[in-house]
Amino acid sequence: MSLASLGTATLFGLCGAALAGIGLFIVIAHAGLLRRIVGFNILGAGIFLVFGAAARRGAAAGFSGDPVPQAMVITGIVVAFSATALAVALLQRLFDLTGRESLDAPAASDKQQAEP
Amino acid sequence: MTPLAPASVHLATPGGYLLVLAVTLPVLGVLAMLVVAPRHARQVALVTMAAGLVTAIAIVAELIRTGTALTYVVGGWQPPLGIALRADGLSATMIAMTAMVITATGLFARGLYALGPKAQDGRAPTTFWGLLLATWSALNAVFVGEDLFNLYVALELLTFAAVPLVCLDGRAETVAAALRYLMFALLGSLLYLLGTGLLYGSYGTLDIQMLSRLSEGGPALSVALALMIVGLLAKAALFPLHLWLPPAHAGAPAAASAVLSALVIKAPVFLILRLVLDIAPPHAAILAGQILAVLGASSILFCSVMALRQARLKLMIAYSTVAQIGYLFIVFPLAAGNEAQAPWETIAWTGGALQLVSHAFAKAAMFLAAGVIAEAFGHDRIADLGGFGRVLPISAAAFGLAGLSLMGIPPSGGFIAKCLLLTAAVLNGHPWLAATILAGGLLAAGYVFRVVDRALATPAIALVAQKPIPRRLELVALALALAAMLLGFVPLEPFGFLQLGRSGAMAGVAP
Repeated sequence: MSLASLGTATLFGLCGAALAGIGLFIVIAHAGLLRRIVGFNILGAGIFLVFGAAARRGAAAGFSGDPVPQAMVITGIVVAFSATALAVALLQRLFDLTGRESLDAPAASDKQQAEP
Repeated sequence: MTPLAPASVHLATPGGYLLVLAVTLPVLGVLAMLVVAPRHARQVALVTMAAGLVTAIAIVAELIRTGTALTYVVGGWQPPLGIALRADGLSATMIAMTAMVITATGLFARGLYALGPKAQDGRAPTTFWGLLLATWSALNAVFVGEDLFNLYVALELLTFAAVPLVCLDGRAETVAAALRYLMFALLGSLLYLLGTGLLYGSYGTLDIQMLSRLSEGGPALSVALALMIVGLLAKAALFPLHLWLPPAHAGAPAAASAVLSALVIKAPVFLILRLVLDIAPPHAAILAGQILAVLGASSILFCSVMALRQARLKLMIAYSTVAQIGYLFIVFPLAAGNEAQAPWETIAWTGGALQLVSHAFAKAAMFLAAGVIAEAFGHDRIADLGGFGRVLPISAAAFGLAGLSLMGIPPSGGFIAKCLLLTAAVLNGHPWLAATILAGGLLAAGYVFRVVDRALATPAIALVAQKPIPRRLELVALALALAAMLLGFVPLEPFGFLQLGRSGAMAGVAP
């Protein structure tokens, strides 16, 4: 089966699935928080593409596209942007305070400081 | 493509505007705070709380008066294009519980997050109030939402309000805890969003009522629900995904911990309940229920043992939260309906709802009492707190009473809840779940008595408070603990109010 015979919606769906997979891998496998935040954005982009595929598939009723998933994607982008902003702000603060940019810090030293 | 139901499933009821008020009032409060000078933020918050409490009471009263669920259809647009808000008995219970805990927390925090007359400017000390109201609005939006995408937005708003609450004091540990919380929450919401997309792609609607009337389930429905439930589990901190909760809830200031532990994690639990009971097809619901029950039981056992081993009071309470959340998940197999009984007519359903509410009151009381203790002595190491009951008798009493509810000792809300769950486990032939409930109660007794023992101890050197604590702070914690006790006088039977608005959904289920 050639790529052209897949149809737009299927192609969008497959791309979305691939992006979501890549994003999920980055989020789970990397310790660096900045990478994880980028991973969340890639995962989000993949999910938005899946919504796009849903919009195209729902267009069978004679419309050229189902507008509801598009409205959802726009809302989703706003939410994802806010989430990224919040995460980056927190990461910046963590870096300013401790000089590290991952959560896997030597927890033992933290504990010793907090304990006595 | 499944054809959409042509008839409108949602009929707006006269009291529906109350639901809009419940969601928008706190937002109006936040907006007002941004306009007025920072030193007035506290007054704005307290006024909003009074109004919100009245709204919550009005919703409950209207529900009792009409005997059916309240519905509001936004802009008159029917789903699948529009969005409906709906409050049945369970939602109204959640809204009332939220209003009470938030108001109590507000009264507790009144003196803590205020600008003195000397302070000139700076919104930092009053940020707490804005975040508290934002959390409240998001919680109400989750409890009345009917549209799954709208619920996604509400969940994200909840996360964005709750994460900064964790790191209010700005210490490095709390910022790290907040980031860890945010990572789990974001992964959870993205999985939920992916499930939403799959559902919309398959059925063309995201309205819970419409989805519950689907006659057939397919692989898409199962995959979507699995993704959404796993995502929500990360936010609800059930056993393997609980790692973020103890540092986040223990590091936050006491008033924030109370809200986070008592209310914020209940929102995803509530949604899982609705997904499993309302949308999932029966055979999938049974399977999901069994998996959730196994996770819940592991949560109870593992985190109760972890709570026993903690040296710090607030960390102990935070682990206890994960353990108590586990009880809400063993409800699923126990409340599995059959031909004679719908899930919400079983005693396990009432038990689960009671556990949810009584845990909210008891845990808020515990965190506030722990906050008072930490404030008075400058630390919360359990071993060095010998004799704190003599210095802070009211806080010790609040902690003890809340502990009774967590253990399940009569007369307390926790006792009724656990008794109903235990009865259901025995009657339905789930001996392992019954044993888990009993073991969880014993372990809870272990960690509560560790603290009570310290409270009643007589150390060689008497403990003295490093700074005076206003009596009012202690009384708020005691009032919450007493509320958890008073729930113990609810009759031991399926509770009518929780079934309001449920029969309609039952009639819509295909035979």
